[in-house]
Amino acid sequence: MLTQEEDNKMRFRMIGAVGLVATVLLSACGEAATPTTAPVATATTSAASTAPTATTGSAAGGTATAPVAAAPTATTIVVGNAGASLLINGAGATFPVPIYTKWFAEYSNVDKDVRFNYQPIGSGAGIQQIQNQTVDFGGSDAPMTDAQLQQAKGGELFHIPTVSGAVVAIYNLPGASKGLKLDGETLANIYLGNITTWDDPAIVSQNSDMAAYLKGDIAVTERSDGSGTTNIFTSYLSAVSPEWKSSVGSGTAVKWPVGLGARGNAGVAGLVQQTPGGFGYVELAYAKQNNLPYAFMKNGAGEFTEPTIEATALAAEGVTIPDDLRVTIVNSSTAGSYPIAGFTYILVYKMQMDPAKGTGLANFLWWATHDGETLAKSLDYAPLSADMTQRVEAKIQALDCGGSPCYK
Amino acid sequence: MRTTRLSDRAFALAALLLAGVVLFVTAAILLGIVDGSQPTIGSFGFAFITGQNWDPVQEEYGALPFIYGTLVTSFSALLMAGLAGVGAAIFLAEIAPGKVRTPLSFMVELLAGIPSIVYGIWGLFVLAPLLREDVVPFLKGTLGWTGLFQGPFYGPSVLTASVVLALMVLPIVTAVSRDVLLAVPANQREAMLGLGATRWEVIRSAVLPYARSGILGALILGLGRAVGETMAVTMVIGNRSEITASLLKPGNTMASVIANEFAEATTPFHQSALIEVGLLLFVITLITNMIARALVWRAGRGLETAGRA
Repeated sequence: MLTQEEDNKMRFRMIGAVGLVATVLLSACGEAATPTTAPVATATTSAASTAPTATTGSAAGGTATAPVAAAPTATTIVVGNAGASLLINGAGATFPVPIYTKWFAEYSNVDKDVRFNYQPIGSGAGIQQIQNQTVDFGGSDAPMTDAQLQQAKGGELFHIPTVSGAVVAIYNLPGASKGLKLDGETLANIYLGNITTWDDPAIVSQNSDMAAYLKGDIAVTERSDGSGTTNIFTSYLSAVSPEWKSSVGSGTAVKWPVGLGARGNAGVAGLVQQTPGGFGYVELAYAKQNNLPYAFMKNGAGEFTEPTIEATALAAEGVTIPDDLRVTIVNSSTAGSYPIAGFTYILVYKMQMDPAKGTGLANFLWWATHDGETLAKSLDYAPLSADMTQRVEAKIQALDCGGSPCYK
Repeated sequence: MRTTRLSDRAFALAALLLAGVVLFVTAAILLGIVDGSQPTIGSFGFAFITGQNWDPVQEEYGALPFIYGTLVTSFSALLMAGLAGVGAAIFLAEIAPGKVRTPLSFMVELLAGIPSIVYGIWGLFVLAPLLREDVVPFLKGTLGWTGLFQGPFYGPSVLTASVVLALMVLPIVTAVSRDVLLAVPANQREAMLGLGATRWEVIRSAVLPYARSGILGALILGLGRAVGETMAVTMVIGNRSEITASLLKPGNTMASVIANEFAEATTPFHQSALIEVGLLLFVITLITNMIARALVWRAGRGLETAGRA
């Protein structure tokens, strides 16, 4: 028999023990599970829609927030007629989600038998899933590397550029509006930590009209989450600054020499807006929709250009497009072009295993890169150039469904 | 008679199976992350833990800044939340009149129900400016000499993350400690009062020693939440892979680097490095819990000795 006192003591020890067990479980489930479940990403909730009209509405209404979508909390997008017989699965980049959602919804009016399911889980995971053939198409903001292409289990992979987007430098100089003029070298020096104050001669000499606002320290902000936006931005810095290229380089995540990391476009914008002297970079769509003052960048032709859809589209003109369409368009020398821009890609296998899906996908890609491009501008993406469209056509026609072309 | 024995055995078997599920899941997770981190374990070995350079472009990975960040934020948070939480628990269990106790307890538990992303947003848009305008200038003036409060402060920092974490840990520490204190038998208090002790002496000499191991358990629960918290921390910590003594500088934690970089980790090596950070987090949790377990055990034994004396 336990005395009451002993009994109580035991209870306390049990509370302690329960605490311990719960801690192990909480932390084990909460954290350790993240890396193992993320690449599979089957647990995302589905925002299944039945009526295409309703989806179109939400896609248009959601543009202001959609580019912000944080990858780990991403929601699978299922768009199309509920009765559609063919479901095409995709996964990858978050950057083009607003335009893809719009496309899927509009396309369900063109072909009532096809439905799309796109998981915005990030370019890295999109590449991994298409390599392992767990999805029908992948989405990526950066072209795949040769090493990544070699790991594709389904043979040759095609890069189909869909739209391009711009990355803009935003700032918080109380009183100042958009139009701060920057060249690539100055931008690189700010992010390298070589320029730390707004009244640095490199900035003031190009902005004598704004000199009154140029004072105090520059509070540099960057994206802490890996992103296609960072890839375009750092590719640009690598293109204009040898020092950046050798000491930092480009990628979806880099080792930043200075600055604070914030999560997503919203995080960077929030931090810049809150901090006097703040400086950061976000997608053009995000800056425009939130009325953030952005800088005019000097392009390869020596002009300071305002970031617009037209200027972004011009960045892709006059570049040599390689056969595999893996092209970077930063620091363009075309007159009127905005220099910090990049394509987002859909990744598909040349040899399509399932002819029905292959045809559905090829027909969709054709529609998207032709009729679909007219929707791009309203969502702040730049459509493909005529030249690029021709090259894309050839790729779509080369998609192979068991010996015959998929596109019909 | 036979049926009873049969149902007993069936129950024992079912309980064993359920306990086995826990073991199985833990083992499966461990196996998964050990397997996933093979590439970086193979090429970096122990240097992964001691290295300070995290450069996805050059494919060089050292996780020490994240380990440091996780430990510093968690323990600073626990220090703040521990003091406030146990204090609040003593008030709720021993001092507060019934009218105050119920609504206050309810509000403490309400804090636990707020999603972490909301804590993050609040931390970024309310707490950070508050710290920047009022608290940090004061801290710099009074405690600047310690070296903990040096350098420019923009908002997101180790300090901001610690305060947000402390608030998130507070409800757990308070609620569990309060329950532990309430479970102290009344005869303990009465005996002490009978000796002519004041209310404070009763709490200090009779209630707290009795509840010691339970309160320790509450703190460990809080630590578990702090170590694993991801979203709120990543929003306010500034995400820089650097080790600095100053709490005003940005830092990074293990959970937050995984959440930040995993989705866009395009190379197998980068992914492996992040999974290995997950493995380290697992190991650190295990070690903290083993130490804590030993502490709870010692506290319990200390009580017995004290009781006998």
